[in-house]
Amino acid sequence: MTDHIRRILADHARLNVDPGGLAESDDLYQSGMTSHASVQVMLALEDEFDVEFPDAMLTRSVFESIASMAAAIAQLVGSEVAA
Amino acid sequence: MAAVCDACRSMNLRVGIDTVAVAAVREALAAHGDRYLERVYTAREIADCAGAEGPDPERLAARFAAKEAALKALRAGDGGVPWSAVEVRREPGGHTEMALSGPAAALAERAGISGLAVSLTHEAGLASAVVVAAVLEESARRTDTGSNAPESL
Repeated sequence: MTDHIRRILADHARLNVDPGGLAESDDLYQSGMTSHASVQVMLALEDEFDVEFPDAMLTRSVFESIASMAAAIAQLVGSEVAA
Repeated sequence: MAAVCDACRSMNLRVGIDTVAVAAVREALAAHGDRYLERVYTAREIADCAGAEGPDPERLAARFAAKEAALKALRAGDGGVPWSAVEVRREPGGHTEMALSGPAAALAERAGISGLAVSLTHEAGLASAVVVAAVLEESARRTDTGSNAPESL
């Protein structure tokens, strides 16, 4: 999953570093991701993983790292499977 | 010494500011189209931003900047406030007003914010917004201290 997220970051996040070199816990906002870029990342993640982020998950902390996004997607995929 | 009116003395102000690259909005429109519009902007904002060739990226960028500026003024933190809960309205005459709904309105109410003022601008590929929030003094004191002090001391 993290490889997909890194590719989406490369395409949409407008970071000032190569996403391939980021640790999973690195703060993406410290690497130049803006709030607007996080919208594009969110929409691309929804396309990639066929999920929809609910309003309650539209928080800075969900999109602040590769690890936090992976955890959110796992939660969304899990909740859809459970439903 | 300058006189200070009672209304001014009883009010605190908060300010938020944000800047968005118009190119980023153009890119989001190209990549995600209507999904981008519907997740971020209200129907009224989309109508206000209508241009000859579809939604105007400059106007959209200014509105996104205003939403982020408002969230800063509201001190939304990590609160999960959808962008569509903060609306920029272009009024007859051309000036803009802000309207809050859902979680954004609830945040404002808890903070005692009695009104928001917004100013937008765009130039040279960037759009910016400043939002000023007026907070009643008693509400500000409760928010800052987290105490349950009574309204009158």
